[in-house]
Amino acid sequence: MINEIDWFGVNADVDLKGKSCEDHCILQHSNRICVITLAESHPILQNGRKIKNINYQISDGCSRLKNKVSGKSKRGGQFLTEFAPLCRITCTDEQEYTIFSCIRGRLLEVNEDILNKPDLLLEKPSTEGYIAVILPKFEESKSVTEGLLTREQYEEVLTKRNQQEEPC
Amino acid sequence: MLSLKEKDRPIVRKLLCAGCCVRCVLRFCCVGTCSAYRRSYEDIHKELLAFISEESSPQPHDASGEEKTDEPPNKRLRIDEGSTEASVTAAQTDSDICPVCLGVLQDFCDPTFAKQVSDAVKNQQYEFNSLVLTVSLPAQLSVREHSCWLHVKKEIREKSMCLGKEDVIQVKDAFKWAVQGKIGQELGAAVLANSSCEVSVGFMHPETEEDCHFLANTCPDCFKPTKNKASIFTRMAVVKALEKISEEKFSRHYPCPPKKTNTRCTALDTTCLHTSVFIAGRYNKFSRELPQTPWVIDGERRMDGSVEELIAAPLLSSFRADGFNFSSSGREDVDVRTLGNGRPFAVELLNPHRAKFNRTEIKQLQETINQSSDKIRVRDLQIVTREATSRMKEGEEEKTKTYSALIWTQKAIDSTDLEFLANIKDLKIAQKTPLRVLHRRPLAVRPRLIHSMSSIYLDGHHFTLKLCTQAGTYIKEFVHGDFGRTKPNLCDLMKTNADILELDVESVDIDWPPAIPD
Repeated sequence: MINEIDWFGVNADVDLKGKSCEDHCILQHSNRICVITLAESHPILQNGRKIKNINYQISDGCSRLKNKVSGKSKRGGQFLTEFAPLCRITCTDEQEYTIFSCIRGRLLEVNEDILNKPDLLLEKPSTEGYIAVILPKFEESKSVTEGLLTREQYEEVLTKRNQQEEPC
Repeated sequence: MLSLKEKDRPIVRKLLCAGCCVRCVLRFCCVGTCSAYRRSYEDIHKELLAFISEESSPQPHDASGEEKTDEPPNKRLRIDEGSTEASVTAAQTDSDICPVCLGVLQDFCDPTFAKQVSDAVKNQQYEFNSLVLTVSLPAQLSVREHSCWLHVKKEIREKSMCLGKEDVIQVKDAFKWAVQGKIGQELGAAVLANSSCEVSVGFMHPETEEDCHFLANTCPDCFKPTKNKASIFTRMAVVKALEKISEEKFSRHYPCPPKKTNTRCTALDTTCLHTSVFIAGRYNKFSRELPQTPWVIDGERRMDGSVEELIAAPLLSSFRADGFNFSSSGREDVDVRTLGNGRPFAVELLNPHRAKFNRTEIKQLQETINQSSDKIRVRDLQIVTREATSRMKEGEEEKTKTYSALIWTQKAIDSTDLEFLANIKDLKIAQKTPLRVLHRRPLAVRPRLIHSMSSIYLDGHHFTLKLCTQAGTYIKEFVHGDFGRTKPNLCDLMKTNADILELDVESVDIDWPPAIPD
């Protein structure tokens, strides 16, 4: 709704783990909840790539699909740090990408719709193709986005890249 | 006249000897007439002394002073008991505080204390025509009572009689019988067993607080550890322990009869409490900048005013209540108006100092609320019972609500694009908890029904959508889809991005509270 009461602020984390252009977009609601999505500059969204597989099983003992929260305080949700992997996406050209949490917080849900319809991720990466919903700790509500880029800073990064003509 | 029997004589003697006050003596003789306790201390004392100085005889008689002449049994009784008048009065003068009731049934039964209680009630300015008197006594009184009962039991067992603990009149009852007449008279109100106005009188006795402590060692499982610093020796726990402990064990740990004390009980402040009054009605909200409840973040007010404060303020002051609880049949967001007949609500007024209002006065209150602000309007204001308020939350999932929403579409539309909406009936949708409330609600999927829709075309990118939905449906999320977490949604149906610009509640379809004709 277009008003000041509910809003999603846009933040970005670029070149995750030093990998060029692997940018994520973190939308934070005024109630502190964060939605992790691919940024429009992420390689998966470039050059007409198609997705072969999305895997939420990030290790032998851990699948993000098994994440179960209960009650108002969301007990049971896996606690993530900035570099916790959310999922691994394999494209049809065999390129593999890991999507990361980017922020500290409790994992509330991962998007299961993209498992059945990976095109959602390609067509609507900022809405229906979201990756995960994370709830930061109350005390960290504001600090959790401090290390991230604002929309303006992100745009500057993109501009610089275009000038240097880095392939993604 | 006290209706004391022959068999009571040894009990009276024994208790007076132990220093018991006269009303405690009456209690252990199971005197159950209220008027007996209302008499003055001196009066009762005089009659008791007369009673024990009578000759005992084989026939039972009452304490009206008939003399018998069987001397030998009398003399024997007196010598054995050692309880002559002299020793009885001597016991009284050492410390004249009753070791059983610790003074509660002595000075506190005088008219002066009753007046003190009444004055305290008058100061708090309650309106009432009846009241119930509650008394709270220190837990150690149960221990002293138990000790005294064992003391008496020993005596009468020797005479093969029996005295059940339940037959003994309780200190609380004796106290109430003694004072309630005077209190009722002072306050011009009936003192009943049940009333919406409760007057509480309490006593404490710090000197003997440790009297109970031995029970924690003898019956440890009766005493549960408390979270805060409150004492574990609650009245209930002490009573339970006394039921469990054997007579022999008790006698080893506690003197029977109980020892006298240097001080008597002190009275706590008299408190009054009136049961809550419930006011129900329906409210309209005409502002898009008014939350239903105060909006406070980190101790700071985010937005001025709230529906509940606007409604409750005049009620709080007219009913002279200490506080309130506001509840309603659902609620709307800050930026949503509530039109039509309005939303049912109920306000619980806590400890109202005035509770009786007639229809005209309530109407007047409704007017006052409506005049106070143009952001809300209240109708059908009425006093209801607590039980009636459950009607508001009843069948919450079966009720329906109708809405009107101003929709924006990304793709250009014409009026024919909207026609299909009117043909959709009972559309099943599944809503995951919207992200905007997910911080304070559990994560779940809610199945809901959109019963019907209709539309009014406005222009190429706008139309008004009217919906009738099952209660508990998140309308905003149905329109924009909430990241695809509400399915199906209006964007899916219309095959375009869409968002909601304005929302109004047109009706809340609950037939409670009953309409009050203007």
